[in-house]
Amino acid sequence: MVRATQVHKSFGRLDVLRGIDLVVNPGEVLCLIGPSGSGKSTFLRCINHLEKIDGGELAVDGELVGYRRSGDRLYELKDREVCGKRAEIGMVFQRFNLFPHMSVLDNVMAGPVRVKRESSSTARDRAVRLLERVGLADKVKSYPNQLSGGQQQRVAIARALAMEPKLMLFDEPTSALDPELVGDVLDVMRGLAEEGMTMIVVTHEMGFAREVGDTLVFMDGGVVVESGDPRAVLTAPQHERTKSFLSKVL
Amino acid sequence: MTDPTVRPSPGGGEGDGGRSNMKIVPVRHPGRWVASAVILVLAAMLINTMFFSHVTRGGVREGRYQWGVVGKYLFAAPIFRGIVVTLELTVIAMVVGIVFGIVLAVMRLSPNWLLSGSAWIYIWFFRGTPVLVQIIFWYEGISYLYPHLGFGIPFATPFVNVNANVLVTSFTAGALGLSFNEGAYMAEIVRAGIISVDEGQTEAAQSLGMAKFQTMRRIVLPQAMRVIIPPTGNETISMLKTTSLVYAIALADLFTAATNISNTNYEVVPLLLVASLWYLFFTSLLTVGQYYVERYYARGSTRALPPTPIQRIRQSFFHVRIKPVPAMADAPWLAPHE
Repeated sequence: MVRATQVHKSFGRLDVLRGIDLVVNPGEVLCLIGPSGSGKSTFLRCINHLEKIDGGELAVDGELVGYRRSGDRLYELKDREVCGKRAEIGMVFQRFNLFPHMSVLDNVMAGPVRVKRESSSTARDRAVRLLERVGLADKVKSYPNQLSGGQQQRVAIARALAMEPKLMLFDEPTSALDPELVGDVLDVMRGLAEEGMTMIVVTHEMGFAREVGDTLVFMDGGVVVESGDPRAVLTAPQHERTKSFLSKVL
Repeated sequence: MTDPTVRPSPGGGEGDGGRSNMKIVPVRHPGRWVASAVILVLAAMLINTMFFSHVTRGGVREGRYQWGVVGKYLFAAPIFRGIVVTLELTVIAMVVGIVFGIVLAVMRLSPNWLLSGSAWIYIWFFRGTPVLVQIIFWYEGISYLYPHLGFGIPFATPFVNVNANVLVTSFTAGALGLSFNEGAYMAEIVRAGIISVDEGQTEAAQSLGMAKFQTMRRIVLPQAMRVIIPPTGNETISMLKTTSLVYAIALADLFTAATNISNTNYEVVPLLLVASLWYLFFTSLLTVGQYYVERYYARGSTRALPPTPIQRIRQSFFHVRIKPVPAMADAPWLAPHE
């Protein structure tokens, strides 16, 4: 589903990604962990082309992100084409980023109605179904700031799912939540994983990574230090850097 | 417990100094009483001179403010025609100004230096010269510098040639001068609004696959409105009064109409009062309108909107309990969705 080969990205003189190699298969749940500043979020944003990569190759579902190959040239995609690709990838942010001027229902309907040009009745039906699924059927008419953080994040997940994506990206989805609200969000994500959604999750929830993740990737300094089965990596890390990181967070 | 000034302190028994049975004396504010008295006396004096006193001018004893003359011209036909011109100019200048402002603000935020640079130069020029000069310039300068305006392919012989004097009437000159100037100010207001919207909003919209234009129109601008509306209301009120500058190009707006009348009957002050009363009336209307527009765009930023003054009056007079409005319910006609 996602294939990264030697992905490089720098902001000015700061090299954030220094050659990421990574493969995510369809239906796989990949958890990305690592200290802050290790490039996890940046890599996630590159997959959605919110950031442009400076080197290497990044492909989603066999197609390059942001470029079209023709002969030996890479053509940058037009805004419209990039949007088409993004529409197939759902993204959930650390700080929810719900649209505060729209009701919960409108938030979830916004993508299908504005991007896919769906009729509002179709979009509404799906939105209501998705909100039921994340346990917020009674909050349809509320506005985001009337909800708790955990509820907002579940709305954000429903909003991303409304586009029926083939890949979901989670950027520290529970880091901004009160501890007692984390569980509800993780439950929704667990349910998604069980249904076979391909997911890349940047997280600090080691328990979630262990239970739900198929692969755990530890990143540091813009490279993948170690990856493998979550249980193996968490219990018997091979690299010193991984060991010292895990000893601090576990 | 019939004496309302005696309040039982929770948990305060007899033993803790007996505070529970003591009378509470509020702090006195003698300064406020003195200040209030002074203001009331001054107000009484002003009202007395305005409505109840007379002066002798040129041997004739008459009311100081001559409200009779004011009343006579308040609804005069030329004044009404002036009001129409003033309102037309205000609406045109604000509509064009807002459209220009949005375009210029988006241009200024463009990564393309030519776009952002030209927007910068526009704002620099139109904000840097007095609007009065600009109005006169449109009226006099255009036909002086470009007596023939041609439309066609650049640098080729134009298809259509128009005499600038025909095209630029005093009304178009006034409207153009005010609009272009307003565009520069609105650009900065809109830009401030756009910058105030969290970048996460743009990212969330883009991650759904929204194009740049859609993101701006559906996500960023509606949120920027909360920041844009108050200064825009201010600009509108200011514009209503600034239109009086077209006096300089002899366009018969409200102020010019009033002046024209006083030029013939020499009732200068009463006609200035006529104009002022009308300006006050319309700025008051705009103030009320601004209140409700602001309230509408507060949606999503406050949990529940406070009652409007009218609702508050109804509440206190009829003891109607008005529950806090959950955001949208009070303005469904403005709802952004179909």
